[in-house]
Amino acid sequence: MKRQNIELVKVLYKSMYRIRRIEEEIIRIYPTDKIKSPVHLSIGQEAISVGICEALNLNDVVFGSYRGHALYLAKGGNPRKMISELYGKASGCAKGKAGSMHLLDVDKGVMGTSAIVGTTIPVSVGYAYSLKYKKSDSVVVSFFGDGAVDEGGFHESLNFAALKGLPVLFICENNLYAIHSHHIKRHHSDNIFERAKTYGMPAERIEDGDIFKIYETAVKCLKKIREGEGPVFLECFTCRWKEHVGPGDDFHLGYRDREEVLLWKERDQLKKLKSALGPVVSHEIESVIEEEIKKAFEFAEVSSFPSREEIYTDVFKD
Amino acid sequence: MGRIITYPEAIKEAIAQEMARDSSVFVLGQGVDDPKRILGTTKGLLEKFGGNRVFDTPLSEDGMTGVAIGAALGGLRPIHTHIRMDFMLLAMNQIINMAAKMRYMSGGKLFVPLVIRSMIGKSWGQGPQHSQSIYPLFMNIPGLKIFAPSTPYDAKGCLVSAIRDNNPVIFIEHRLLYYQKGHVPRESYTIPFGKARILTQGKDITLIGVSQMAVECLRARHYLQEAGIDAEVIDPVCLSPLDMETIISSVLKTKKLVVIDNAWMKCGLGAEIAACLMEKGLSGDVSVHRMGFEFVPCPTTPALEEYFYPNAKKIAFQAYQMMGREKEHWAPKKNLEIEEVEFKGPF
Repeated sequence: MKRQNIELVKVLYKSMYRIRRIEEEIIRIYPTDKIKSPVHLSIGQEAISVGICEALNLNDVVFGSYRGHALYLAKGGNPRKMISELYGKASGCAKGKAGSMHLLDVDKGVMGTSAIVGTTIPVSVGYAYSLKYKKSDSVVVSFFGDGAVDEGGFHESLNFAALKGLPVLFICENNLYAIHSHHIKRHHSDNIFERAKTYGMPAERIEDGDIFKIYETAVKCLKKIREGEGPVFLECFTCRWKEHVGPGDDFHLGYRDREEVLLWKERDQLKKLKSALGPVVSHEIESVIEEEIKKAFEFAEVSSFPSREEIYTDVFKD
Repeated sequence: MGRIITYPEAIKEAIAQEMARDSSVFVLGQGVDDPKRILGTTKGLLEKFGGNRVFDTPLSEDGMTGVAIGAALGGLRPIHTHIRMDFMLLAMNQIINMAAKMRYMSGGKLFVPLVIRSMIGKSWGQGPQHSQSIYPLFMNIPGLKIFAPSTPYDAKGCLVSAIRDNNPVIFIEHRLLYYQKGHVPRESYTIPFGKARILTQGKDITLIGVSQMAVECLRARHYLQEAGIDAEVIDPVCLSPLDMETIISSVLKTKKLVVIDNAWMKCGLGAEIAACLMEKGLSGDVSVHRMGFEFVPCPTTPALEEYFYPNAKKIAFQAYQMMGREKEHWAPKKNLEIEEVEFKGPF
């Protein structure tokens, strides 16, 4: 690893540690049934959200998928509102009406996540159209998985974004599996990023999950986009450590080898960042985050469920 | 008042006036800037407002609906146009999973001010995939509003309301309504959601027709006059939310109701109204009949298409039977003057 700016390492570690530990707490709490929502955990994939989001400004916006805990937190989403949302409480980011699969924090630019694969991609592009229309210098980042590449809307979106030269960064988090179906069972070739190029935008692939590479590439891509050069596509290989949905492992299903995951665990970016910081600095960060997480769960525990009349609110805006 | 224009002219005027009033309003869709300009409804808009606010799209109904939703989240007011309602079936994911739910899913943080214009085709061989009228599908979805006005006056006012509304609105135009003419004020005005319009008062029987079927009901009313029957004709105008109040008070007066869906009847407006009447305990006092498309795909040949749709004569005959006079063997004879009846307003 080359020498990195220590402040950057701290920031990345803090964000990544927060996500990892919140996910671990969700796993710990999940058997109590206090979390009233299916969870698609981000463990193993955090480096992508963290590396990209640390390169963004507050007024940049992101859209994502149901595996959205990492993205929500990395973009600055409020942990208390997230945990409350998972608990189905009125203090949640969507008053408990959305749950884990639809996190959002508009003030922080987390504009929404969807449980339908690929569905936020055209919405991201439309948001980018509004930015260009208003001559804003903000950028949209659209996060999705390799499963979304199978959807027609993905291709429709890339075509339109390139056609109109829109300020959007596409991030394909390729964890190789759509639930249990390997990407090569679904695609003729292992060339997602190459396909993006044919729509008329630069595209790159990062294969080793290196958080610094992800961050630096994001900085470079965002600069281009802000200069009005249109969309950019980035495919990042990654690995989902846990089962598709739920808090457990899934090696018993036999669809993937334990070694596949072990390889990625050896590359764990959290460990890499921690060793770069050393025990003293990392411990300082950890204790701050631990306190924040403890408070977030306590907040969710003591918060109330939404009142009965809430079922009828928020269908329409006046 | 005093000025008579066509249904498409009313639509064009509504869009042009709203675009001039609010710079966040823009128009996208296949063909909106092509030489035909969606049968003239987007004529002149490109020249006046430029290509950022009026643009043709790739043939990507699902993706472009998502784009419109995203633009709406970003503070714009898109009007997405489909030249046939059948094409909306390619966009159901975005309409139902996203547009209709984003406000709820965000706990009230987001809103989607989106208008989706779509046209129902009929006759001249539109056939199975160019004639569908899928509003019952949308009536089943919370989070969507649906306008289906039958007169030029309502077309303009409803479209202005739809554009100014902060929610997704499906605006349904029937291709044959494009021949309708009527009084339309020059200035901008709005028509409220959830308010039906009594097109003509009557005391004997209530006819409710959706979209172009409201015109058929007006024609049926003329036929019925020949038989001495005075029909009240209601255009629901807004299918969701639906104005049951106006419908119930008409039915309480006439005790007889025919609902003519501009769609297949199953789970349609007729079914909804009949169920509401039952729930109100009115089923014993009121006789209700539903009409709509035959429950088959729309045949292309006119020889069969004639039997597919309800029309003025069929509606009149049904109403006549419900008046308990079937023994007199009256049936309306086709009258070209009546077939050309157009409701011109004013309101």
